[in-house]
Amino acid sequence: MLFPSWAFLLFLAVLVPVYYLVPKRIQWIVLLLANGVFVCFAGLLGAVFMAVTIVTVYAASRGIDTLFISQRDTLAAMKATHTKEERKKERLRFEKKRRGILVACLVVNFGILFALKYGAMLGRLSAGLFGTKAFGQDLALTMGISFYTFSTVGYLLDVYRETIPAEKNPLKLALFTSFFPLLVQGPITRFETAGKALTEPHTFSGERFLSASLRIAWGYWKKLIVADRLLVAVRALCAKPDVYRGDFILVEMLLYAACLYADFTGGIDITIGVGEMLGVPIEENFNRPYFSKSISEYWRRWHITLGEWFKRYVYYPLSVSKPMRALSKGTRRFGVGVSRRVPVYLATLLVWALTGAWHGSNLTFLVWGLLNGAVILLSEELKPLYARFHARFPRLTESAFYRGFTVIRTVLLLSSLRILDCYGTVKDAFSSFFSMFTTWNWGAVFRGGVQSLGLSYFDYAVAFSGVLAMFALSMVQRSGAIRPRILKRGTVFSVCVLLVLIGTILIFGRYGFGFDASQFIYNRF
Amino acid sequence: MEQLLDILRELHPETDFETETRLVDGGVLASFDIVMLITRIEEEFDVVIPAKDIVPANFNSAEALYALITRIGEQDD
Amino acid sequence: MKRKLLIIGGVLLACIVCFGALWAVSRLCAPKYHDTLIDGHLTGEYYRETTDHDVLFIGDCEVFEHFSPVTLYNEYGITSYIRGGAQQLVWQSYYLLEDALLTETPKVVVYNVLALKYGEPQSEAYNRLNLDGMRWGSAKIGAIRASMTEGEDFMSYVFPLLRYHDRIASLTAEDFTYWFSDGDPVSFKGYVMHTGVDPATETPTETYEKKLPESSILWLERMAALCEAHGVSLVLIKSPSIYPLWHPEWDAEIAAFAKSHGLRYDNMIAENDAIGIDMQTDTYDQGQHLNVFGAEKLSRYFGAVLRDEFGLADHRGEAAYDADYAALTARYEIGKHE
Repeated sequence: MLFPSWAFLLFLAVLVPVYYLVPKRIQWIVLLLANGVFVCFAGLLGAVFMAVTIVTVYAASRGIDTLFISQRDTLAAMKATHTKEERKKERLRFEKKRRGILVACLVVNFGILFALKYGAMLGRLSAGLFGTKAFGQDLALTMGISFYTFSTVGYLLDVYRETIPAEKNPLKLALFTSFFPLLVQGPITRFETAGKALTEPHTFSGERFLSASLRIAWGYWKKLIVADRLLVAVRALCAKPDVYRGDFILVEMLLYAACLYADFTGGIDITIGVGEMLGVPIEENFNRPYFSKSISEYWRRWHITLGEWFKRYVYYPLSVSKPMRALSKGTRRFGVGVSRRVPVYLATLLVWALTGAWHGSNLTFLVWGLLNGAVILLSEELKPLYARFHARFPRLTESAFYRGFTVIRTVLLLSSLRILDCYGTVKDAFSSFFSMFTTWNWGAVFRGGVQSLGLSYFDYAVAFSGVLAMFALSMVQRSGAIRPRILKRGTVFSVCVLLVLIGTILIFGRYGFGFDASQFIYNRF
Repeated sequence: MEQLLDILRELHPETDFETETRLVDGGVLASFDIVMLITRIEEEFDVVIPAKDIVPANFNSAEALYALITRIGEQDD
Repeated sequence: MKRKLLIIGGVLLACIVCFGALWAVSRLCAPKYHDTLIDGHLTGEYYRETTDHDVLFIGDCEVFEHFSPVTLYNEYGITSYIRGGAQQLVWQSYYLLEDALLTETPKVVVYNVLALKYGEPQSEAYNRLNLDGMRWGSAKIGAIRASMTEGEDFMSYVFPLLRYHDRIASLTAEDFTYWFSDGDPVSFKGYVMHTGVDPATETPTETYEKKLPESSILWLERMAALCEAHGVSLVLIKSPSIYPLWHPEWDAEIAAFAKSHGLRYDNMIAENDAIGIDMQTDTYDQGQHLNVFGAEKLSRYFGAVLRDEFGLADHRGEAAYDADYAALTARYEIGKHE
């Protein structure tokens, strides 16, 4: 069920009233059933994989929890009779057991993820070799399987770290894993917050409903008016790396930046809005990312939950892990500077390689990830230089002009990196990127070039207006959230805003026969 | 405490670490800084901060971080 | 309390204004089929009729370009109407007949069999052309459900804006002229007139399935049953065009069908000489469709068949029909000499 589909809207229209009409006690059961319908709608095989995740994570978390309890009891009982050494040994024995359970569960769940992501690639290979049908390809596309896997595994890791107790009711864990708005494209959520809110009773509030509707409508607006329109041109540009070169690449970079932003934030707006409609707060995934002054700041403001997940469960544990500390100590003879940098460099590059691999099985994504990591490390190294520059020219570097410059620089830089995301091979991506500096063909771009991409001037005008609207809203957002300000002006005003959004979507959106309701770009992951 | 403040100032000379209470949430300490900081703390205090304690609440102020170091130091004994 | 009512009133007003505006935009964006692609105007024109009909023709272009109700009336006093559309598929014909039978009961229904060669939905554009003009009712719903091609959805028939919103970028003067009015009829009781001449050349050949699709025959069965239930005589015909080709195997299949159901079936391809049709002068597109001269000859010929075989009354001299057909004939003659 895609967000832009009649099926999804109908699904919501049935669920919301039922959800608020049933007794509060069974509200979460209704939600669980709704999730079941949603998951099965996406495909039974997907439902099976999700069930495996729920069952294994539940069993593992309960097992780990039980071990914590019996460890405590055993050690307490041993206190009077055994030595400290013996107790430590006993504790390590428990730790080892817990780690065994954890690792087994991680292997199963990431195994599924890996098989589906890379299985499609292997499937294509074997399909070529043996003429069989590629397996898993469709499935990986129909549901953002990695999002719920990450959320649920995050829960297990929290239990393992003793940050939260294990949930005793397997249905509640199932509810958390299968919460339907999150299945399309995340965000990755935490059991501590969303998981708890899901099972609490919720009372209907007209104002919250209106507020949620506004957010959902705005999400569709971005998706259907801007993203789906620009996607046509971006796809056309990417499809012919030998034709569209030179200044076309700059056009491609900018269109893709706008398209991806509208697509991903639009989808997340719908997700969060649906959550809000059901009374479940969902973590924000974006914080006006294109206003970042550096790439590392950008990654703290774009797809926030993925970055947090990697930091929390990979980056930090890795950088304080025993082998890493040993490595750091071992390199001390090359100087403290080197030894202090070893953990952070290795961890950064590894996390970025993983982030790249998460985005796609293609080699281009790995290169993209590593380049991101490299840029971040480089700018860290250059920090003293920047500091001196700032000290030298304080008036310049504190001006709005300079801030604007850093923002544009960041957008261009990240757009350059994203070129890797557009092409099938690293060679095409690099060749296209560098052609920008060798081929000057603005003439060709504007004389017939942009019209050959499947969009009319009217389409460009609409998309450009949409981008302007998004930009304007982001500027307004700097002084605080927008929806409370709309709602403060009264119900009638808010409804008018909502109707204008819906009306413009119906007229200017790209949907219906002739256009296929395209998937959210991030759904692939 | 003074020792910790020195390490912090080494990383970000421009920040007033004695009063700042939103070091992570306010964007002063990025993940890069945090790992550097942990490496330095291990060198200076001989305390290894486990992954589960690397959360914003423990790094938002010098005070909170010092409390964490003290707590872990005591546990080890 | 008063405040609450005010809010509810305001919200209602906003909704009404919004839906009104969307309705206006929807009308603006929908194709008008008046100056261009006039085939799309045919289905809706039927509902403007003020008199009833003894004969209803249903089918594709081989009825709405091949029979002239004006000639039928002026020659024989037969009242008739053509419910035909471009590539009108058999289930569309069935539902258009069902729709017509809600408001009138003709004596004879004439169905042209060419479209039976299509057993599956064909083209979204033709669906729209033939169905958008239908009045709402179970017949329209049935017709839409039977006709939808891959990727179409029912909602877009209910709210045409969902289908045509992208036309906002390519509106023409026609869209504004007929924004809120349907304009004059483009047909003469369902007949679309062509006055040009383009002689037939050689007959093309094609490969084909020897048997008509089972699904089409099923719909034909339903049509026969519907007529029987309403006491209407169903006549099957194959219009005398050279192509699209109507193959001997198909002809035999329909002849057998007609025989087993006690229906009359006239394949007029071989009767060109008897009708007097000359494919050098009576076609406007090399033998595919008849021009007005061919249509009048065919109407004269087939009108006699209808009158003699089904004993249709001569309505000339009845005031209501005379007035109706006089106005139509005047317009018809102007069209013919333009």
